[in-house]
Amino acid sequence: MNGAYWGLTTLDLLGKLEIVDQDEVVSWVMECQHESGGFGGNIGHDPHIVHTLSAVQVLALFDKLNVLDIDKIANYIAGLQNVDGSFSGDMWGEIDTRFSYIAICCLSLLQCLDKINVEKAVNYIMSCKNLDGGFGCTPGAESHAGQIFCCVGALALTGSLHHVDKDLLGWWLCERQVKSGGLNGRPEKLPDVCYSWWVLSSLIMIDRAHWIDKDKLIKFIIDCQDRENGGISDRPDDAVDVFHTYFGVAGLSLLEYPEVKAVDPAYALPVHVVNRIFFSR
Amino acid sequence: MHGRPRKAPKPEDTAASAAKAEKLRALQSQLLHNHHNQIYTKEALEISAKLLEANPESYTAWNYRKLAVEHNLSQSESDPDTVKSIISEELRVVENSLKQNFKSYGAWHHRKWVLSKGHSSVDHELQLLDRFQRADSRNFHAWNYRRFIVALKGISDEEELKYTTKLIETNFSNYSAWHNRSVLLSHLLQNKVKGFFPKEKVLVEEYEFVHQALFTDPDDQSGWFYHLWLLDQTVKPETPLLVSTWPVHGSDIIVSAEGCLDGRALSPFTSFHSDAGTFPLILYFNEAVEGVNSSTVTVKSVFTENKDLVWKPLATSKSCAAQAWVTHLNVPDVKLHPSTAYPIEVNLGDSQGIISLSGSHCSHPSRFAFTVCVQPLSSEHVERQGVEMILWRDVNFHFYDAHIQESSPIAYFDRLSIKKDHEPAASKWHAKTLVNEIALVRQLLSEIDCKIGKLTLARLLMAHDAMMSYMAPHSHKKVHSEEVLQLFSDLMELDPMHSQYYKEAQSLVLLQQVTSNRESLLKHCCHHRVSTSSSVGNSVCLRLNNLSLSRIGCVEQLLWVQMLDLSHNELRSIDGLEAMQLLSFLNLSHNKLSSFTALEPLRLLKLLKVLDISYNEIGAHPIDRRRYLCSSPLSHSVGSDWNFNEFVPDDAKVTNYWEAFAIFRGFNLMQLDIVGNAITDEKFKSFLIKVLPTLKWVDGEELH
Repeated sequence: MNGAYWGLTTLDLLGKLEIVDQDEVVSWVMECQHESGGFGGNIGHDPHIVHTLSAVQVLALFDKLNVLDIDKIANYIAGLQNVDGSFSGDMWGEIDTRFSYIAICCLSLLQCLDKINVEKAVNYIMSCKNLDGGFGCTPGAESHAGQIFCCVGALALTGSLHHVDKDLLGWWLCERQVKSGGLNGRPEKLPDVCYSWWVLSSLIMIDRAHWIDKDKLIKFIIDCQDRENGGISDRPDDAVDVFHTYFGVAGLSLLEYPEVKAVDPAYALPVHVVNRIFFSR
Repeated sequence: MHGRPRKAPKPEDTAASAAKAEKLRALQSQLLHNHHNQIYTKEALEISAKLLEANPESYTAWNYRKLAVEHNLSQSESDPDTVKSIISEELRVVENSLKQNFKSYGAWHHRKWVLSKGHSSVDHELQLLDRFQRADSRNFHAWNYRRFIVALKGISDEEELKYTTKLIETNFSNYSAWHNRSVLLSHLLQNKVKGFFPKEKVLVEEYEFVHQALFTDPDDQSGWFYHLWLLDQTVKPETPLLVSTWPVHGSDIIVSAEGCLDGRALSPFTSFHSDAGTFPLILYFNEAVEGVNSSTVTVKSVFTENKDLVWKPLATSKSCAAQAWVTHLNVPDVKLHPSTAYPIEVNLGDSQGIISLSGSHCSHPSRFAFTVCVQPLSSEHVERQGVEMILWRDVNFHFYDAHIQESSPIAYFDRLSIKKDHEPAASKWHAKTLVNEIALVRQLLSEIDCKIGKLTLARLLMAHDAMMSYMAPHSHKKVHSEEVLQLFSDLMELDPMHSQYYKEAQSLVLLQQVTSNRESLLKHCCHHRVSTSSSVGNSVCLRLNNLSLSRIGCVEQLLWVQMLDLSHNELRSIDGLEAMQLLSFLNLSHNKLSSFTALEPLRLLKLLKVLDISYNEIGAHPIDRRRYLCSSPLSHSVGSDWNFNEFVPDDAKVTNYWEAFAIFRGFNLMQLDIVGNAITDEKFKSFLIKVLPTLKWVDGEELH
């Protein structure tokens, strides 16, 4: 289900979503729904919050959110919130701020965020804030760009970005840009195209994206393409996959690369899809 | 998925991976079958083990194994040998999977789940963690698992601190170890654990420790980030402080109830136009605080009962915390008591209640007092035709006569009666530490040209200046400004990728230079006068145009400003302006504002009448960087008064329209200049006029 989201969102950003059979995709998505209301990664797989968000995002791309029983999904997600405001991934209790973002993003797209305790959710996220201004997966965990995206995204969607020290975090994030122009996920690590999304969208949400060199990052992403067989890899000359292809294209979108549609940095969906949900008559 | 080289697919490779995929699919469908039919035999478990060894990301298989464990444990009753073998088998499967992918979330969580059952050796886990640490000291899954095990075993923070010391001594470039160290030390310091008090003693040891890292490998960031945290612990005041107010202590405010005053030159710092019937009282703190209200702040005046005063945080969000707070006092009735100077006294900090975001209380009692009198209209006042349009041309600005005696808004610290009798020894230590660190970093930079070292030096010098200004406001001048500006220029050359970061830091230093003394500030003050007008205005404008400013700062020095020219700069955002509550006329033309959402701070400026945002980049960017920093339905931060649907156009350009709506609704603007932005066409202009019913002029044209 995650792969479907990565692939289809990339197609939409490139203006090519119509090449897939919409009905086929929608009916496959719905077959992945479990009786609990959550969605699994594929037919017959157990439900998990991660795949539930991807399912909702895929349906949003096709403007098919109306096929969903919104209460059913909302109850599944609300049932995963813990007493301290955190979210479990599924009934087996793994806790991670990724799941906080997923719950908030999913319910926001379905316009029923009030089904969870937002204040407690925000408090839990803040308990994962570190002294370097970043965020980890649980309290005390090291700052990591992926987790930072999730926490900043969740705070953005709940109007809570005033809790973020934007200068401190912005500096930590802009220091992810290394000599090659690519971005790494934390200090002293290798650059990777997927951080073009995690780091850049975080920088955009806190309005510090101008602290990195846009042109050098574009060049890094472009260099990660496989020009013969298509797709984008984590680093130049590595094997491509749909995950890095999506994050490369989404990163280019945030960098206002021509002919790539604008993507929303918090919902991780094309802006026209988000506008359709929130601003239609 | 990561780090695999790109290979042109050879036929034998394609065949091999197809076979592999076929095998995995077979295992997977068998697993699903067993799972759905609750089959937990040894053979079935073996299938899941094979699947997980090949693909640790198969979360359904981990779930299946948990159900199998629960099933088999309940079957075995409490036969210890059976329990032991079930548990150890799980741990074996996890280890095998981790060999495939030592970053698998599913594998690590399964191990945690098994340990939570309680039948395993925690010491064995610590040994496992040591092996993982040696293989990859940055594996955050291992670190998180370590925290879980440490909590399970009840290992103390002090013991874990020693562990981080050991790791760092082995390898300074271990950001994860430094991070853990900072977390553990914060707990120990906060809880004032024995051996970790006083804080200064601990910081001295930590500085010595990190110096070794900085000198051994100055290009590794880990030590420098830790050093930044130590610096923050050194310079940040323990409790929130009031740093500035409007009106300023000891000033004599003249409020004019009607638009223009007569030709007499009145000080811009102490005169104020108000046709709103009220004037603002602004408090500005060194950090965001909550709890400013009529219980925690007492205002003695004859105009308004203290208990009736409502204090609002000047924050561009739903936050109840802000650095600047405002309340409004009623303007006295000029007919009843003309030319009487009414005294007003403000007290705060006596009672607990004003509290920072980190939970420390404002405990410094502060008191300031000023007088207010209402300017009567002079007999020469000509019957006004109406308000004039403002033209921001250079010809309309005339230099301000600096010989006029007036109270200066500068040097707030000596005007506020702040008690500074607490912890003077600690303050001395902080200053001495900064001086030591400055010397040390200078020494390092003499040996090696190190970007992050230069940045640290700049930060140290700025912190030292700020600290000395607070401690000795009369005597200390900001001596390091020129050196700091030079350091940032060097950094822009040394590290051009981050040049915008350094440029913004330079803007802040520049603004400090401009606002730090009376002479430099007055150089930027001008009268604005339209000579064709019969009524001579007395608007004094602070002109900060053409300064290459990319950021606004030092707002605490500028709370008196009513007319501000920031044109021809490089501003992308106007964060900070929300505190300038007296602002009525604002020029932001020829900047880099790229969206309406960047104007969110203006929503808090209730007196804003004239706004020039011409020649910016609004509408030219598909990506909005301020989207989540303003109130909108996207971030669940608008009230029930959001009626955009009444205004929404039929075409696809809804983005710019909702942004303009979000910012301008409820504004009482009289004059707006917007030409030179990509967004502006006739359709959009008529949309704006609908949203802003009080507009009289748009782009120089009078509306009818």
